[in-house]
Amino acid sequence: MINVHDILETIRMIQDECLDIRTITMGISLLDCIDSDIDRACDKVYDKITRCARNLVKVGEDIEKEYGIPIINKRISVTPIAIVSAACNASPVKFALTMEKAAKVCGVNLIGGYSALVQKGFSAGDERLIESIPEALASTTCVCSSVNIGSTKTGINLDACKIMGRIVKKSAELTVDNQCFGAAKLVVFCNAVEDNPFMAGAFHGVGEPDCIINVGVSGPGVVRSALKKYPDADITGISDVIKKTSYKITRVGQLVGVTASERLGVPFGIVDLSLAPTPAVGDSVAHILEEIGLERCGACGTTAALALLNDAVKKGGVMACSRIGGLSGAFIPVSEDAGMIEAAECGALSIEKLEAMTAVCSVGLDMICIPGDTTDDVISAIIADEAAIGMVNGKTTAVRVIPAIGMKEGDVLDWGGLFGKGPVMHVNTYSPSKFIGRGGQIPAPLHSLKN
Amino acid sequence: MRAVVTVIGKDTVGILAKVSSICTEYNANVIEVTQSVLQDLFAMIMLVDISKLNKDFTELVNRMNRLGEELGLQIHTMHEEIFESMHRI
Repeated sequence: MINVHDILETIRMIQDECLDIRTITMGISLLDCIDSDIDRACDKVYDKITRCARNLVKVGEDIEKEYGIPIINKRISVTPIAIVSAACNASPVKFALTMEKAAKVCGVNLIGGYSALVQKGFSAGDERLIESIPEALASTTCVCSSVNIGSTKTGINLDACKIMGRIVKKSAELTVDNQCFGAAKLVVFCNAVEDNPFMAGAFHGVGEPDCIINVGVSGPGVVRSALKKYPDADITGISDVIKKTSYKITRVGQLVGVTASERLGVPFGIVDLSLAPTPAVGDSVAHILEEIGLERCGACGTTAALALLNDAVKKGGVMACSRIGGLSGAFIPVSEDAGMIEAAECGALSIEKLEAMTAVCSVGLDMICIPGDTTDDVISAIIADEAAIGMVNGKTTAVRVIPAIGMKEGDVLDWGGLFGKGPVMHVNTYSPSKFIGRGGQIPAPLHSLKN
Repeated sequence: MRAVVTVIGKDTVGILAKVSSICTEYNANVIEVTQSVLQDLFAMIMLVDISKLNKDFTELVNRMNRLGEELGLQIHTMHEEIFESMHRI
């Protein structure tokens, strides 16, 4: 029989330390739905999504019950709609409405893929899709959008950065009655990955199979509780504790992924080894950093502690699952993490520090509220800075900032639920307009030339 | 296929009887039972065979959850694979 201690440990992790599977995400290719007639294309999209994902939620709920592990989200990602809609000479918002309808029928809480990949320039359909993002996000509730504007291999498309500053702002403006929520569903990427199960940035890459299951694990609370038991360990010891905990968390992700894929008859893709926080008490990445020994997240030393955490999570998880992918690492979304919210509110955490932190963890400036009067160009420049970190370090970075229209520093946007709430943070307002206005392409860095 | 039923909480009369009678009702054969006091908690752990259940496993889970609510105890009924995955290489 399995050891009593192990059984109780597992139950404690789930019950008291918020261990959960953050998401089972089904990736669905829509390449076979392309049609020059937009209505016909949308019909095909609806049929394909509802056919592939009709059992997704039921299977997720069954697994949840049988293994006793909460699976918080069941989601869908699709082929970037800019590709699917390129042949239609009409506004792609109809695709967003179709995605929304299909997602509601399947019972999933978010659907991602209202996306465009423009890291080296715009192809047919890209600009039309990007311009339609604010309207698409305002007229739907569960559709998520992402745009990839740079990569290590291609450099950064500065024209796209410029456009995205305006699009982010407009997405917030069109949803001002709903806490500017539109901008919370829009991510701007550098080095976007094709198998990311996490929203809002999930899309189903063109190199992926027709349909696939990806799993994102979580567990900041478990890591923090494990660290609490070693108050006097040196930093190598801390790294070991995180590795062991991450191994256990990831094993559950692997089990859930394999089981879901068998029951749905869909191949299993990857486990995204992530520490994804929620605003719930005891589920915070910031609190892990504080447990390691910082008075507040954002203090000097935060970047080093986060680098260790991010690395140890990967090392622990790598042996626990068959294939790793997605973003894999620690997430630092401000509004979705109780400790980050506290740190931002008391002034310990600034956007500049967050930017430094994104150089050593998975993703980027995530769920950060900025003053509503921040100019389009400043947002574009935030995107360009973050993309540069990703490009040079060969990692994924992203920007998901929410301009709080009509609000100023210190005010709060509150969405509730998993999206949480965020204080409006200070942004450097000196103008980058001339730089952003130059347009063109920042060339790929020297170390991209690996062949 | 086996499942692990854990009962955690304050000790009262008849817990084992109630849990095992539900197992009988669903045709789940009790293979092993252990009791321990850990972290100030009374814990009973039962290993049951669920390969010949007369209903869905999820229904057994629901039934055990209801019993837990009635008795004010935490009862978890989980497929053993989750423990094996997590704690064995």
